[in-house]
Amino acid sequence: MSAWQHTLGVDHYFIVSTVLFVIGLWGMMINRRQIIFMMLCMELSMLAVILNFAAFAHFKSDLFGHVAGLFILTVAAAEAAIGLALIVALFRLSDGNIRVEDMNTLKDSDKREEHKTS
Amino acid sequence: MAVSVLFYIMSFVALVAALAVVLVREPVTSVLSLIVVFFNGAGLLILLNAEFLAVLLVIVYVGAIAVLFLFMVMMVGGASESAQRGQRYHALPLALLVAVVLLVELVLFAVFTTSEQTATPISESLQAVSNTEALGGVLYTRYAPMFQLAGLILLAAMLGAILLTHRRLPGVKGQDAAAQASVAKKRRVRLVDVKRGEGTQ
Repeated sequence: MSAWQHTLGVDHYFIVSTVLFVIGLWGMMINRRQIIFMMLCMELSMLAVILNFAAFAHFKSDLFGHVAGLFILTVAAAEAAIGLALIVALFRLSDGNIRVEDMNTLKDSDKREEHKTS
Repeated sequence: MAVSVLFYIMSFVALVAALAVVLVREPVTSVLSLIVVFFNGAGLLILLNAEFLAVLLVIVYVGAIAVLFLFMVMMVGGASESAQRGQRYHALPLALLVAVVLLVELVLFAVFTTSEQTATPISESLQAVSNTEALGGVLYTRYAPMFQLAGLILLAAMLGAILLTHRRLPGVKGQDAAAQASVAKKRRVRLVDVKRGEGTQ
């Protein structure tokens, strides 16, 4: 019973948000072929950061964490909008088959050819 | 104690749903799991007395972003899963290694640096007014530049999204502001000497 009596500290929230962040990062690495999954994992990481800010704001009693969380929420919304717009633009260009490996128009042209032949 | 139990339940559900977001193969299921993560994250924020942020999370993330993702998955989701579906785990060992190293580093950091700060009590000034009121008091005064910067970022995102997705269809009549502004007199007015008895032709 004494295990339930302890109070929650900042480290509990920190560990949960860290695990959430690392899951998001891991998902970005293993889903490198599907851009929608990559964006979902990015949203997971953003949520972890917001949670972390809120935890420290609570335990250090400083409202800056909430303001920073608000800011990150805004940035995440903007990022989702831009990313989905990019997917739509890519969908039109690539006649219905989005492949992350083909998004190399900004790359050095020698390396692009090298990538294509390999 | 109730707070502890709620914390453990919600963080467990959030982490399991986060794993589902990463590992599930169907994009729609993945987005729905993301919604579960957001709801549990909002619950954790309520435990942290961040009610405004929690409500905002539900409204913005679940109400707007997740629905946007669902639209997008239903529009182009089938297209993004290409032929190499079986090769999805090609980077699994390296990814797992990087993730585990980062996790261990961060958790060690948490254990060694934050343990003495756990007993910090919440100040009375934060308890006296509601969270939304306190946030409003500080958001428009002390952190006003940050607030305006957020507005600027949203404006840039809006313009960028419109520019990226807008396409000019052929045959649609519209204004060309640059052409209108650069009109000169000699391109519009033609002075013709008309002789008596003849037309302009």
